[in-house]
Amino acid sequence: MSQLKEKIEKIYPAATFEDGECLQVNVAEPDWHDFAKKLKDDFGFDVLTAVVGMDWKEKLGVMYYLTSTSHDWEMLSVKVEASGDRDSSYIHTVSDLWKVADFQEREVYDMFGIKFVNHPDMRRFFLRNDWVGHPLRKDYDANPELNPIRMDDEENEDQTVSYKLVNGELKPEYGRVFEKDDYVVNIGPQHPSTHGVMRFRTSLDGEYVKKVDVVSGYIHRGIEKLSEGMTYPQTLHFTDRMDYMSAHMNRHCLCMCIEKALGIEVPRRAEVIRCMMDELMRISSHLLSFGCTAMDLGATTAFFYGFREREMILDIFEKTCGARMSMNYNVIGGVIADLHPDFEKDVKELIAIMPKRLKEYHNVFSNNLIAKNRLVGVGMLSKEDAINYAITGPSGRGSGWSNDTRKKHPYGIYSELDFDEVLLDGCDSYSRYMVRMKEIEESCKILAQLVDNIPEGDIRAQVPKLIKLPVGHWYQQVEASRGAFGVYIESDGSKNPYRVHFQSPCFNLVGVMDLTCTGYMIADLITIGAALDFVIPDIDR
Amino acid sequence: MFDFGKWTSCFNDWLLGTGMADWLAVLIECVIVGVIVLLAYTVLALFYILYERKLCAWFQCRLGPMRVGPWGLLQVFADMFKILIKELICLKGTDRFLFKLAPYLVITSSVIMLACLPWGNGLQIIDWNIGIFFVLAVSSVGVLGILLAGWASNNKYTLIGAMRSGAQMISYEVSLGLAIMTIIVLSGTMNINELVWAQEDAWFLFKGHIPAIIAFLIYIVAATAETNRGPFDLPEAEHELTAGYHTEYSGIHFGFFYLAEYLNLFIVSGIASLMFLGGWMPLHIPGWDGFNMVMDYIPSVVWFLGKAFFISFVIIWFKWTFPRVRIDQLLSFEWKYLMPFALANLLLMTVFVALGWHF
Repeated sequence: MSQLKEKIEKIYPAATFEDGECLQVNVAEPDWHDFAKKLKDDFGFDVLTAVVGMDWKEKLGVMYYLTSTSHDWEMLSVKVEASGDRDSSYIHTVSDLWKVADFQEREVYDMFGIKFVNHPDMRRFFLRNDWVGHPLRKDYDANPELNPIRMDDEENEDQTVSYKLVNGELKPEYGRVFEKDDYVVNIGPQHPSTHGVMRFRTSLDGEYVKKVDVVSGYIHRGIEKLSEGMTYPQTLHFTDRMDYMSAHMNRHCLCMCIEKALGIEVPRRAEVIRCMMDELMRISSHLLSFGCTAMDLGATTAFFYGFREREMILDIFEKTCGARMSMNYNVIGGVIADLHPDFEKDVKELIAIMPKRLKEYHNVFSNNLIAKNRLVGVGMLSKEDAINYAITGPSGRGSGWSNDTRKKHPYGIYSELDFDEVLLDGCDSYSRYMVRMKEIEESCKILAQLVDNIPEGDIRAQVPKLIKLPVGHWYQQVEASRGAFGVYIESDGSKNPYRVHFQSPCFNLVGVMDLTCTGYMIADLITIGAALDFVIPDIDR
Repeated sequence: MFDFGKWTSCFNDWLLGTGMADWLAVLIECVIVGVIVLLAYTVLALFYILYERKLCAWFQCRLGPMRVGPWGLLQVFADMFKILIKELICLKGTDRFLFKLAPYLVITSSVIMLACLPWGNGLQIIDWNIGIFFVLAVSSVGVLGILLAGWASNNKYTLIGAMRSGAQMISYEVSLGLAIMTIIVLSGTMNINELVWAQEDAWFLFKGHIPAIIAFLIYIVAATAETNRGPFDLPEAEHELTAGYHTEYSGIHFGFFYLAEYLNLFIVSGIASLMFLGGWMPLHIPGWDGFNMVMDYIPSVVWFLGKAFFISFVIIWFKWTFPRVRIDQLLSFEWKYLMPFALANLLLMTVFVALGWHF
């Protein structure tokens, strides 16, 4: 950490530093873009892990979290305060350096009203174009008369705007999303294969895709805003409702972040239970993903096979947690209830049958000639692009990028476990799909190591009745089913969080839809989406 | 073997015997036959819907419909009445005349094809010297209905579905025709009745051995594509185009497309059984007279339906096993592999027939 500090001081003497879990650099806005370029090119910070919009009352700004793949996955956070006054705040974009910033900055603009200079497409991302105000600002007026329930349809915004800085003034430049004579087909928001309420405006050339414009926000629930009005234990239940296929991992992450801030030691038994639940959840998620990929390709029977085994896992969850979805199982300091007496028996049964069932899946679907023709070589995403777009999880590992948070930043008991990170370098939909299938085997391996070694003891630590975090901010990552899931908490010392940000993997996944689909056929758009495997509630938090 | 022709000629004699004019007797007969065909059409469609739902459920470790009637047998009737009482919605911006015409075109072509099938010994409704050729010609009318449906709906999804369907059906008709032609070379006739009788000693599949078996396989693939069924169900690929060309249809207009789809499955299976498996002709093995006599005791209608249902089972099995192909893969498969293969096979069969290498 100190080495990095010295090096940064050398190239940018004006930087001020704050020590925390990772080094934090405070950078003045006018120098930010050049500094970011140096960070990327000279220091090897090639992954933009999180972009967190902030409102520090007197100033707006952004917290950037950067990760270096070449330097042992070292993380660095950069705090940038926006230039200009509150109503015309601006920051120079970094979407030209890290492509993932494209959508991330649009979200920050949507929620905070910070304009990103030189960003190619500064439209709102989640909210309607006629929305008044920016909800996550502390001075946001939530008066329902300003934003009534609108009875009219939203006009398609075909005009993009890009802000340029000319003599200290922001000057808009207008462009178009689609050309006037493009044949634009709406895929979604109500469509069987978008896996939720997602809309892709797709311009076609015959059957070939020319451009995909992602229109999001149909089920945005404002979880980050809601969390600001709740106590810490109350914020927990939202995590199960983002990526509902990674409910345990998401909640694990938020709990760990709060535990880290409070300095709570989680009992060993709780750690083991959490780990097992995470892996069961991962298997269930990958089984669903297998089923949906098959279903989107028209192989309905394979879909039912996947659901048959997923049912066993849901039964295990139901017995211990009392629910099949939205389990609400992790709590601050441990887990809420002890394991059901059948748990070990059920898990052993699952591990025993999975190899046979996986073979069946491969027979009926993975090795099928038609399925291979549809998946191999479709939706190419190179390793460089995967890193630039911060595509973590099985989708990134299908491009040969080693990015498993369980290995890179081990949390819980993962450092003690023996499992492999599955890497395939096909860069296509088939590799992404096969990574998931192999991860099921790895998860079974983890479960097999733990199922006979669940220690006795407490299931949760003693925590204060009223949880107040000290002043400060924390960032915690876990490996969810679809990639690295991050939680950012900023606390002002009260019982409510000052700001909570959820960095969801699916948000990045949907960002590569345009890149991966362009040039392929409309039928491939569906398979690419299926193999990327995004979950809409995770995008629309 | 019982000849149903006795009943029909008996009825004809009785009508004429009552002293009515010839034209009136023919008219009455036509009406009766028409009603029977339409009834058979409905009953078969209902049977097929249940057949597929049950089969697909069993493939997928499910039970299928179980609530209405014993083993869900009455489910299809409930569905039929539901679809009959639904409102026919015609959306703004559609071409009303063509929109309403399209389902009738589709269903008409499939009813006419149904009338050409050899139902049993003496149960032949349309029987003339170009029988099988006529069936192929009529089947093309269905494409027109699908194209019209896609175009008239004024919806981008339906249009893409209809265009795919048009490209697909026209392409696969070539292979289908060539496979049938191969058998016609062997039989030397296009008359459906003669085709069946020509298989009295052995079915064409065995008579023509190698080229006939190849033709049979080609026919099954092409027929699956021709009926828009999986893995070739692109025109209504629900995961891409919601429902393809019939997205905007409701009520019985949608029902017509639905019925026609199931009946087309029966019809292609029926033609397969006619061309390769002897139509209604029982399984005869030359020389085994006792065996042949026992086979003759099974009514010819049962033979025909049994063969058709079996081939339908195979096609349904395809659908519930394979993923869907992509449109470019579909077309290149037809034009680059299937059709040249069918042509070569036709040539092979011609050589076999010319040299007398068949049974």
